[in-house]
Amino acid sequence: MKEYKFAVKKVFPVLFSYVFVGIASGLLMKNAGYSAIWSLLSGLFIYAGSMQIVMVPLLAAKTPLWTLAVTTLFINARHIFYGIGFVDEFRQMKKRSRWKYPYMILTVTDETYSILCSLDCPKEYDRLNVEFYILFTTQMIWAASCTLGALIGNVIPFDTTGIDFSATAFFICIVVNQWKSCSTHIPALTGVISAVVFYIILGADSFLLPSLSVSVIVLALLKDRVHIREMKGEKANE
Amino acid sequence: MNDIMFTAASIAVIAAVTWICRAIPYIIFGGKREIPPVITYLGKVLPAAIMIILVIYCLRNVEFFNYSESLPTIISVAAVVLLQWKKENTILTIAAGTVLYMVLIRVM
Repeated sequence: MKEYKFAVKKVFPVLFSYVFVGIASGLLMKNAGYSAIWSLLSGLFIYAGSMQIVMVPLLAAKTPLWTLAVTTLFINARHIFYGIGFVDEFRQMKKRSRWKYPYMILTVTDETYSILCSLDCPKEYDRLNVEFYILFTTQMIWAASCTLGALIGNVIPFDTTGIDFSATAFFICIVVNQWKSCSTHIPALTGVISAVVFYIILGADSFLLPSLSVSVIVLALLKDRVHIREMKGEKANE
Repeated sequence: MNDIMFTAASIAVIAAVTWICRAIPYIIFGGKREIPPVITYLGKVLPAAIMIILVIYCLRNVEFFNYSESLPTIISVAAVVLLQWKKENTILTIAAGTVLYMVLIRVM
């Protein structure tokens, strides 16, 4: 129970962005003529915010399935990079639970990845359990928000334009926290330099995957030069 | 194909590709053999690189040199960085930054 409470607290920073982006995607689906059940299914099985918004006009236009597959691959390939960071940890779950292991793998999103990366889990708690609770809770919130958006999204009494900035703000907070607690800034600098360079060369639509790939390669090459204590969450002052 | 089948197939395809993307590292490295040291190392250093790339990804459609358009974003991002740097209170920073942004895009 204590572990669950702790996990819920960690979910708080993404609550706004999940609830409102979820509602927005449900509302989009509904306005395109899809009933709430599709929003619920999308929230449960796709569980990727930007994809669920991008897909609405594609579904409505009866886009061929292979085009959908390629589009999804292009938008969601970044998730490959999230997995690299958690293989070692999550596979401990394999021995404990047959379904929790794949469940945890398939519910890592931009936001939950960020929460897990910055998780300062107290020693007396079971880190894997806490991570599972976080992943489960966020997904339930997301699926509920998508459904809610399709059911009653159009009765939100105020204009929510700009509320999606809360996701950006959350990611910036994580960067600031990491920057302050890290023993080396080489990884962050590698990321920012490759992103800016590819942004200038390739533009807004296609810089993401090249910059992620190049960061992985550069950091792998620098392996013997980057000295880290522990970058994932456990702050030095604990 | 009728509408329901088509929608179901579309969502299934999108879900399947998303799942594959999420599962690839585990399929390759999650087996019984030892994880190569370089992957363990990357697991530790990648978050810092990925997070900052994600921030730039979130801001990718802002036209920074068109100040009348980009000023609310620039001010809000700066405020978020400063506030988080000083206070290290993530919830407070997100709430304050988002409210500031929502006000600025309406008044500027």
